[in-house]
Amino acid sequence: MELLGLYHYWVFAILLMIGFYAVIAKPNLIKKLIGLSIFQSAVFLLYITMDKVEGGTAPIIQDGVVDPLYSNPLPQVLILTAIVVSISTTALGLGIVVRIKEEYGSIEEHEIQETDRR
Amino acid sequence: MTVLFGVFLLTLLVITALAIVRTQHLFAAVILTGVFSLLMAANFFLLDAADVALTEAAIGAGISTVLFLSALALTGEYERAGSTNRLLALGVVAVTTLLVIYATFDKPRFGDPEAPVHQHVAPWYLERTPELIGIPNVVTAVLGSFRGYDTLGEVFVVFTAGIGIVFLFGARRQRKPEALRSVIGELGEGLRHYLVPRVVGRLLIPFILLFGLYVQFHGEYGPGGGFQAGAIVAAAFILYALLEGEAQALRVLPTRVLTGLVAGGALLYGAVGVAGILLGGNFLDYSVLASDPIAGQHLGLLLIEAGVGITVTGVLLSVFHAFAGRGHI
Repeated sequence: MELLGLYHYWVFAILLMIGFYAVIAKPNLIKKLIGLSIFQSAVFLLYITMDKVEGGTAPIIQDGVVDPLYSNPLPQVLILTAIVVSISTTALGLGIVVRIKEEYGSIEEHEIQETDRR
Repeated sequence: MTVLFGVFLLTLLVITALAIVRTQHLFAAVILTGVFSLLMAANFFLLDAADVALTEAAIGAGISTVLFLSALALTGEYERAGSTNRLLALGVVAVTTLLVIYATFDKPRFGDPEAPVHQHVAPWYLERTPELIGIPNVVTAVLGSFRGYDTLGEVFVVFTAGIGIVFLFGARRQRKPEALRSVIGELGEGLRHYLVPRVVGRLLIPFILLFGLYVQFHGEYGPGGGFQAGAIVAAAFILYALLEGEAQALRVLPTRVLTGLVAGGALLYGAVGVAGILLGGNFLDYSVLASDPIAGQHLGLLLIEAGVGITVTGVLLSVFHAFAGRGHI
């Protein structure tokens, strides 16, 4: 259990940084957005990792269970809404990328900068 | 066994993420993000977050993939080789990873019931939900009632994103829907000429809608609620658009109806809050909506979940049509 917990946290750190790498190093705007959504997923994973209680179950109350143990509902609520908001903001980002493609004819960072310099 | 499965899923997540970043074929990268989301959903399920797993599966693996693909159809499938300042970026990422991993040693033990996060309001929510709200699913109770303000805010963020897309792409062209070229299938024909997807897809749509309604109205008793149901219903209509062409889908649900859904859901949520004030309670206090406080809570939750579902469906479908109706550049 100890190792699994640390493994969760490490996977969070690694996913976070894989997403971050795509955002800072990839010149393609769609790839940057994909990186951003990996970054977001890593944060979701961290929050959901925190909600787990050892031996607990999903926080849906059942009658007739003696001494029930439930996981924490609060991080779940936060992340549930965050997922829906993340798809909305990603869609807005994709919309902006499509508009950039229409105006500049490219979605590669350096080509857009070159067009701007001219 | 669960431990082994958890480790397996987490390892697969890392491998998928690496593959997504490495590939230059953006189409492959988008499909891999669908796989990534599904793995993430399975992992959430292992961590007792059934509601979140349902949301991630519907939105991350379903809707998000479709939106990325529609954007790809407008921007091109391949990225240019070569990245900017690759070594510098790798250095920054490596150092930050080590720092974050170092920080994790200070975190509470995984699954520790004594961790600070389980000490504050969470036990109160678990203890008082049956008595104050009277529904089994604590996640829905916290989402809709205890933290109704937060959820109202989230609904307005979704609403704003939908409006933003409509503004970005300008008003729709004034031509008849028949004349619209769709990026999904040439000339908006969809998969009309492909027998197998069409027959199987058409069979699936009623069941997807039924499941959406179940998730919507059973959200107080099991995993589910407006956010998930909205995404599932939107997925049914998107499947219809893929099968029959975008123009046909717009005949079934025209743009003005979608705009009405986007605004109507948010309005319904706000109206329930104002109704609370008019009946002598606080904003978003559902206890005063009926003679019995518990019945009032039930009615309030039902209405605001419906509002959330309507807005999410409307926004996701509007965004999909905004991309699909854009045509080739």
